[in-house]
Amino acid sequence: MDNAIVATHPHTHETAVAAEHEHVVLPQHRHHFETKEQQREAATFGMWLFLLTEIMFFGGLFFAYLLYRNWYHDAFVVSSNQLSIPLGAANTAILISSGFFMALGVWAAEVQKKGLLVLFLVLTTFFGVAFLGIKAVEYHEKWEKHHIPGAHFDVSEFINPQAYGLKEKPLAPDMAQKTQVFFFLYFAMTGMHAFHMILGIGLLFWLTWRANRGEFSSGYVAPIENFGLYWHFVDIVWLFLFPLLYLINRHPGS
Amino acid sequence: MSATHTIVNLPDQRTATLPKRNYLNNEDGLLSWLFTGDHKRIAILYLISITFFFFIGGAFAGLIRLELLTPQPDLVASDTYNKFFSMHGIIMIFLFLVPSVPATLGNFLIPIMIGAKDLAFPKVNLLSWYLYWIGGLFTMAALVLGGVDTGWTFTTPLSTHYLNTHVVTAATGVFIIGFSSIFTGLNFIVTIHRMRAPGMTWFRMPLFCWSNYAASILMVLGTPVLAITLVLVALERLVGIGVFDPTKGGDPLLFQHLFWFYSHPAVYIMILPGMGVISEVISTFSRKRVFGYTAVAFSSVAIALFGFFVWAHHMFIMGVSNYSALVFSLLTMLVAVPSAIKIFNWAFTLQKGSITFETPMLYAFGFLGLFTIGGMTGVFLGALGMDIHLTETYFIVAHFHFVMVGGMLMAFLAGIHFWWPKMTGRMYPESLSKLAAVTTFIGFNLTFLPQFILGYLGMPRRYHAYPPEFQVLNVLSTAGATVLGVGYMLPLLYLGWSLKYGAIAGNNPWQATGLEWQIQSPPLTENFIETPVVDHEAYDYEWLAHKTAQEVTTVG
Repeated sequence: MDNAIVATHPHTHETAVAAEHEHVVLPQHRHHFETKEQQREAATFGMWLFLLTEIMFFGGLFFAYLLYRNWYHDAFVVSSNQLSIPLGAANTAILISSGFFMALGVWAAEVQKKGLLVLFLVLTTFFGVAFLGIKAVEYHEKWEKHHIPGAHFDVSEFINPQAYGLKEKPLAPDMAQKTQVFFFLYFAMTGMHAFHMILGIGLLFWLTWRANRGEFSSGYVAPIENFGLYWHFVDIVWLFLFPLLYLINRHPGS
Repeated sequence: MSATHTIVNLPDQRTATLPKRNYLNNEDGLLSWLFTGDHKRIAILYLISITFFFFIGGAFAGLIRLELLTPQPDLVASDTYNKFFSMHGIIMIFLFLVPSVPATLGNFLIPIMIGAKDLAFPKVNLLSWYLYWIGGLFTMAALVLGGVDTGWTFTTPLSTHYLNTHVVTAATGVFIIGFSSIFTGLNFIVTIHRMRAPGMTWFRMPLFCWSNYAASILMVLGTPVLAITLVLVALERLVGIGVFDPTKGGDPLLFQHLFWFYSHPAVYIMILPGMGVISEVISTFSRKRVFGYTAVAFSSVAIALFGFFVWAHHMFIMGVSNYSALVFSLLTMLVAVPSAIKIFNWAFTLQKGSITFETPMLYAFGFLGLFTIGGMTGVFLGALGMDIHLTETYFIVAHFHFVMVGGMLMAFLAGIHFWWPKMTGRMYPESLSKLAAVTTFIGFNLTFLPQFILGYLGMPRRYHAYPPEFQVLNVLSTAGATVLGVGYMLPLLYLGWSLKYGAIAGNNPWQATGLEWQIQSPPLTENFIETPVVDHEAYDYEWLAHKTAQEVTTVG
């Protein structure tokens, strides 16, 4: 009995090769996992941990946002009024649709419907690209208004809002400077989010290609499931960004 | 009972050979190494890379000590000196200390210790190694292009506004290395959770796995915060955004908070895996189960958790409020509790143990003494009033070198010597390795004890010139560094020699209990022919004696 606990004796090449072959069930099944379930659980657990690191990654930016919002409340209110709620709301709706189709895609993979899976992945990609398109429109508008932090940045609009036809309270020059911190955080947070979407869309193309070859229609769905988790995570980050940047303390002006 | 009282149990050298098939000769050619998914081969790749960077970082340490031999700034100008200590810090922290034990010994041993065939994600593991090198090359590029003089901390506004050096290149390097560390930690956590062999329960796991598990939690949660902080520094420098710039409404203190939120836990990322090594070595060479196994296991997790609540003790003199300083002072001292639990439990393990002084044990004893001094001087620094007197002096330098070099590096060398027979199948010359251990210990103390006094007397760190009255202690320190350098070169030579000429080690030269000692050395690519079923606790020497007796009767 004890000798069976751990194999310590030297053995032949043939037995090892035979042992390796025993474990191979699917082509996607890696030899170092005991069972298919173990492989799937490990992949899912790994993905959740990775998302935990992503939360910490965004966490640094959220921490900066909370700190500065607390300090420079007036500047943050005025700057957030510069963001377009209709565009932000449209983007929220688009991203939720994209997440919805991704969820359907996971379902399609699980019930092994190849055609539906490809369709849903394409729809997910379409809405993802649409989101980025709207984001580009918003960024362009910031560029034209000189609201991109750096040398180009202009605060005169916040010191003398009447001259620009705004109904905001004028800010003292030093507080007006702090709007730059808001816009920096706006670009850092939405930019980091957009970067994650661009990576996601790249992965979607790859997954769609693989799905079209029928790789996920045979019970091997871990890549689709795990990408689904990633995509939902990106959605959720936006669901925090939208209220924090666009909505909080929104008021019609004074 | 022999006079030397040794437990080394080697096979008959006249007939012994290395196993015909093992992970080293399973496939041939450079490409089979560069595209390997085998955790053991990746561990070897890491070992070579980490050693390479260690000696580059060490060369900078040598240059620093050389400059400080005399009070006058006669070797290099101040900005070159700044670049020396910055590169020394960046290379040693990010390219040596953080990955050292986890990426080499952890990679090699964790799957074997828990009875798995590999880590959960072999490709991700290989990717970590490539990321390590890409990051390392960026760091080297920063060095070759003209160096960085921010210190390893990249503190703003110095790094973002007042220096004209390659901060962005170096920060990019560290950012990339950070992902290498995240992926290693992630891989360990998933492997330990999901791939333990039947019967390998959490509380049968070797303490080395526990401590690497705790360090992995820190890597996974802390490193992303460092990554985003470096992104912000790079953006501030490149685009001129003002998140840390007071003239634009930003706050440099925010950088300190974000940076130390990672970098204090990073100290535990460095030291925890080393503590795991020490648990294994001390248990093996006192032939006893680690006293208070559960307490030692949980203290690793406790250190990891407390580690996240102490960062602001780096900022006592930077304008944090008195109340938060008080709270952070208290929290900092709390970390001493789980650390002390470990030290006391190791001491109890040794008590009435059947102790032998093999080379790994010598390094482990070095660790115990030096880490205790390092830890206790840490309590000085956690105390608010003392900290204000000692901050930015050589006392700090001595303190963290006692922890990092006296602790971590000693543990790393203990681990390398302990598992070398398993990794290579060969032994190293014993007298030479003991000489190296003793040389390292003496050299270390001679280097860093004078620095405690220098710091107490008020010599500031990061200066390349100093008042003449500090010269005697600085000369002692530089002499010690020379001895220390010899102590590090020796293992490089005799371990290299042993690869070809060392005695054949056999499966279990130390008569140790871990699963890794029950398989052949060097192991097969697939580690275990059939998945082991574990029915005994870690460090169960009675089980081992029983098993060995049974084998003898079977064979004889």
